Amino acid sequence: MKSLRIPRSPKVILGLGILGFFVILMIIGPYIAPYSPDNTAFAANLTPSAHHWFGTTSLGQDIFSQTLVGARATMVVALVAGGVATLLSIIVGISAGYIGGFTDDGLTLTSNVFLALPGLPLLIVIDSYLPVDDRSNSLVIGFVIALTGWAWGARVLRAQTMSLRNRDFVESSRIIGEKRLRIMFSEIAPNLLPILASSLLFTILYSIGAYVTLAYIGLTSTAVWNWGTMLFWAQANNAPLSGEWYWFVPPGICIALVGTSLALLNFGIDEFINPRLRAGGLSGRQRRRLGMPRRQRLGLTPVVRSVTTAPRLTTPTQNQVTS
Amino acid sequence: MRIIARRLALYALTFWVAITVNFLLPHFMPGNPLQTMIGKLQTEVTPQEIRAIILSLGGGLKGSLMSQYFTYIGQLLHGNLGVSITQSATVSSILISHVPWTIGLIGVSTVISFLVGTISGALLGWTRGSRLDSLIPTATFFQAVPYFFLATVVLLVFGSNLHWFPVLGAYSQNLIPGWHWPFVASLLRYGELPILSIVLSSVAGWMLGMRNMMITMVAEDFVLMAIAMGLPKRKVIWAAARNAVLPSIANLSLAIGLVVSGALLVELVFNYPGVGDLLLNAIQSQDYPLIQGIFLCITLTVLAANLLADLVYLWLDPRTRTEVAP
Repeated sequence: MKSLRIPRSPKVILGLGILGFFVILMIIGPYIAPYSPDNTAFAANLTPSAHHWFGTTSLGQDIFSQTLVGARATMVVALVAGGVATLLSIIVGISAGYIGGFTDDGLTLTSNVFLALPGLPLLIVIDSYLPVDDRSNSLVIGFVIALTGWAWGARVLRAQTMSLRNRDFVESSRIIGEKRLRIMFSEIAPNLLPILASSLLFTILYSIGAYVTLAYIGLTSTAVWNWGTMLFWAQANNAPLSGEWYWFVPPGICIALVGTSLALLNFGIDEFINPRLRAGGLSGRQRRRLGMPRRQRLGLTPVVRSVTTAPRLTTPTQNQVTS
Repeated sequence: MRIIARRLALYALTFWVAITVNFLLPHFMPGNPLQTMIGKLQTEVTPQEIRAIILSLGGGLKGSLMSQYFTYIGQLLHGNLGVSITQSATVSSILISHVPWTIGLIGVSTVISFLVGTISGALLGWTRGSRLDSLIPTATFFQAVPYFFLATVVLLVFGSNLHWFPVLGAYSQNLIPGWHWPFVASLLRYGELPILSIVLSSVAGWMLGMRNMMITMVAEDFVLMAIAMGLPKRKVIWAAARNAVLPSIANLSLAIGLVVSGALLVELVFNYPGVGDLLLNAIQSQDYPLIQGIFLCITLTVLAANLLADLVYLWLDPRTRTEVAP
């Protein structure tokens, strides 16, 4: 991983930390939940207390347990959908960019059509026709979400592949007589890694939003607990208007935290791809320690590496500009 | 012109795909589509409802799939989207009474959100490294929150706790809809909270995109030149921002689909009488003709908005107009 040189900015570390926490929750959540999420044995509408950390629903279910158990389905669908969609976009994007010609035209047209179709309404129509037992299957839902979310990644990867296909190393493997598939997936694909990672994060973000939304409007099975189902029940029982904030805030905050962690990681990748953004990833303290001015000077691209070799950033050109 | 024609062709193709998906979905379900649909309805089925379902499947189940397909498209061309199962009215008449609400709500909030986001993003990019940078994590957080959750929180805090805004519906129930001032005033008043929550959810995306472009743009030579010439700061920022905004506008057509999807759910939270609310009711009562009609209607609207965004982009960026078609 050293070759990736992901900037160790606080953003990236925080993002990794939060995401790691929820991945662990996905694995152990159902085992550490104090009660069964369906258990209606408790008093209804309890406010948060030592026994029920997040209170109880109007049916007397423990909200803390529901949040813990719900982590698994939510995260699994998000990861499955994100993974499948990224795989699709790799296949479509790299083949379109590398092979060109009619293949490219066809694949580009397909992805443009999918980009123009509004994703969520399409998802709702497909999902409303799914048989009931498929709606409780995380994998099926994940695949359907992936079907609506791959096009953007494919477009970005295609553009990048096209800029790589005539580079010398690709040309030379072509001359050696490497097979097309091998060139596409072992020569070109590794060079797309940062973009791939960014597109994976975006699709996971999209998938978690799509899944939670489907659950919220009641299009996934209510037998499977996820954060969207919790919001569905909260809305159905008018929790927002009757002031039961503890019912819908925990799942909402969890969704938001996962989303924020993905976005923070994405910042790290952006700064890796575009060095001009990189100094933005430094905290005020780091910047002072490196001897950089508190405010960026115009017309100058602060790059972290040049700072470490030349501690003072006052170059003659810069003085001319600002004085 | 050539570019516009190509975009039009793409959107026409997209709409055709949407229609085909709509037609094929019920036919791909295991078993007889008619039986499946009737089986999904929990209540007693009247002959009228059966007729409505048959219509939505492409005029009876006689004939091959192809002939049904052509019947279906033929009906669509006549504006016939079938009859709603639960509300005894045609789908198109139901849609016509709901669509203006949605277009008004989403249109206004998208414009506000784009303007606020782009302007603040430009300023953030210009003053990078200053204290304003601490806005970015906050913006990221808002971007990650689902629209409907943010709407719920906004509703709880400003509506039912602080009582600053009226909470449910689109206008005061004591008024008769019409073009007179009390009604319009009430319309605006009731619209504030839904618009606020859509803007809050979507503004971060514009802001971050604009900031990144602005940072890249500020390092360009022409900005340096402008400063060296001693132009006033306002003019320099304007020159940089004018160039940085182009990718944002190019992305507008992609973002519209996302914003519409999110905003539909905001309607739901606020009981706004638009398409989102209608869609939820249709889903809950398994009213398939209505769901399909709504899907086609949303698709058509989003595609029209895309075309509009493309036209704006062509108008703003002369390079795209002179580009030679490959």
